[in-house]
Amino acid sequence: MSQKVLDALTAALPGAVVRTGSAHGDEIAWIKREELVPAATWLRDDPKMLFDAPVFCTCIDWLDWKPVGRPVAEYWNETKPRFTVAYQLRSTTHKHRLRLEIELPENDARLPSLADLWPAFNWQERETFDMYGIRFDGHPDLRRIYLYEEFVGYPLRKDYPKEKRQPLVRRDDLPINPIKGPHAGEHK
Amino acid sequence: MAPITDGQSLKQLVLGRKDVQDMSDTEADLPPDLMTVNMGPSHPAMHGTVRIVLTVDGEKIVKGDVQPGYLHRCFEKESEYATYTQVFPYTDRLNYVSPMINNCGWAMAVEKLMGLTGKLPRRAEYVRVIVSEMSRITDHLTCVGASAMELGAFTPFLYLLKCREWLYQLLEKVSGARLTHSYVRVGGVSKDLPDGFAAELLGCLDKIASVMVECESLLNNNKIFRDRMAGIGKLTKEDAIKTGCVGPIARAAGVDYDVRRDYPYSIYPEVEFDVPLGTTGDCYDRYLVRIEELKQSMRILRQCFAQIPDGPVMSDDHRVTLPAKGATYNTIESMIRHFKHIVDGVRVPAGEGYAFLEGGNGELGFFVVADGTGRPYKAYCRSPSFVHLSTAEMLFKDHFIADVVPIFGMINMIGGECDK
Repeated sequence: MSQKVLDALTAALPGAVVRTGSAHGDEIAWIKREELVPAATWLRDDPKMLFDAPVFCTCIDWLDWKPVGRPVAEYWNETKPRFTVAYQLRSTTHKHRLRLEIELPENDARLPSLADLWPAFNWQERETFDMYGIRFDGHPDLRRIYLYEEFVGYPLRKDYPKEKRQPLVRRDDLPINPIKGPHAGEHK
Repeated sequence: MAPITDGQSLKQLVLGRKDVQDMSDTEADLPPDLMTVNMGPSHPAMHGTVRIVLTVDGEKIVKGDVQPGYLHRCFEKESEYATYTQVFPYTDRLNYVSPMINNCGWAMAVEKLMGLTGKLPRRAEYVRVIVSEMSRITDHLTCVGASAMELGAFTPFLYLLKCREWLYQLLEKVSGARLTHSYVRVGGVSKDLPDGFAAELLGCLDKIASVMVECESLLNNNKIFRDRMAGIGKLTKEDAIKTGCVGPIARAAGVDYDVRRDYPYSIYPEVEFDVPLGTTGDCYDRYLVRIEELKQSMRILRQCFAQIPDGPVMSDDHRVTLPAKGATYNTIESMIRHFKHIVDGVRVPAGEGYAFLEGGNGELGFFVVADGTGRPYKAYCRSPSFVHLSTAEMLFKDHFIADVVPIFGMINMIGGECDK
């Protein structure tokens, strides 16, 4: 559907794109982690692209990946790094959609945050951090969002047992967030 | 205490001031510090359970830290251990005000991975659209009714929830359950509409239309309602787009986007409907957009019943359909297939896909990674409530504490969907 988006992205930023592919009508571009911010900025600002609307951000943990049945499409590496972070984007002007996927190794699961480019990713990156433990460098406020701060581990990782229980520990103090802006420092 | 004899001691008693002549406010009367106020997690004015830590300067909100998660029930983790069909009951509990739309969304995601999109029997598509639009009406009725009640208008709340109850009763006739329907299946729907359903629903729509006239006359130009909604929680078009807003909130801000029209799915290209747009992006526009969408849904329903064809409501693809009951009881092959279908689940070829549709609150999507077995490797729900709630902090800023109630009501955060 939007093959021309993938072609344009590859032509404009050949160093950033690892590979591209289409699956079931979804366009996917695998991006190098170091080139993510320039590529995302270009996608947002180029008049032919104009991906102004963020859709979602999530992560896939490939630890238990043992596909059965027909052979996996060739654009899926057999030797995957542990994590893939996916950003889905949409253009309100051109109506095309694109998914950016960034592959991350287990021992260095961090990537630059896109929350400055699209504010919607602020909370969604927090959710991904909460559930998968992916660190987003430069995120303005990277804390857990669904779970409590004392929670140990990342529950949507495949090595987190489903039946594991963690008692909620008591919280003595009310977390007070530092105030930014003109009222900074006034809070007691 | 001595009886109050003159005006001065009365003032002293009421105002608690020693020197009643000096009415200037000192620092002790009005501390200049910022104060932290906790709203929620359990608060009568909150839809669902969410905690907001407000930092206030007097009555004015400086910062509102919204903390969701109190209703987190591990939808995604549980889904990874359930067969594709067993996920339907979980999706019921995402947006529990319009469960049918969630059911359809999950079915569409699985069908996309199986290559069944657009290959379902036409009657099944029509039935899905009918129950989805009914659910959209119940969603908007609940949102408008609850918001009106929180602003003190109790009568419209009762009227609107009465309408919702009529629709719930009809949905109960369709699916067997009042709220958690689990009616849709991969490849179609579980059973056909009951006899005489069209006449009942059309009669019900006429009653709802007359109730809507009453409610609109109670709310639209109600001074209290308008004063508390108009100009409150404004969102510009640019902000709405980049914060990921969809559905009635984005449309109230003038973003012309409706999945049903822009990325048509199911039989929506065959019905006619308008997409209402707001101009100011405030709470009052969100209310008006929801009222108009509700009427458009009724319009879609009437067209559906004029056009719905006869035929099966389940795909005949053997990968997704159970064998006929008679065959299951009488032939060993069908018995085995039935057993494998229930125990192993619908086998979805390995791949990943994102399917989305217009939910009550906007683009609701499911991102599924399949590994060829009967259970999803990953199931992610793109819940509009979660994205909308993230804009709340921006909307609260520089408003009064009392404005949290209409802003929050019109965001229509549904706890189950937001917290997953």
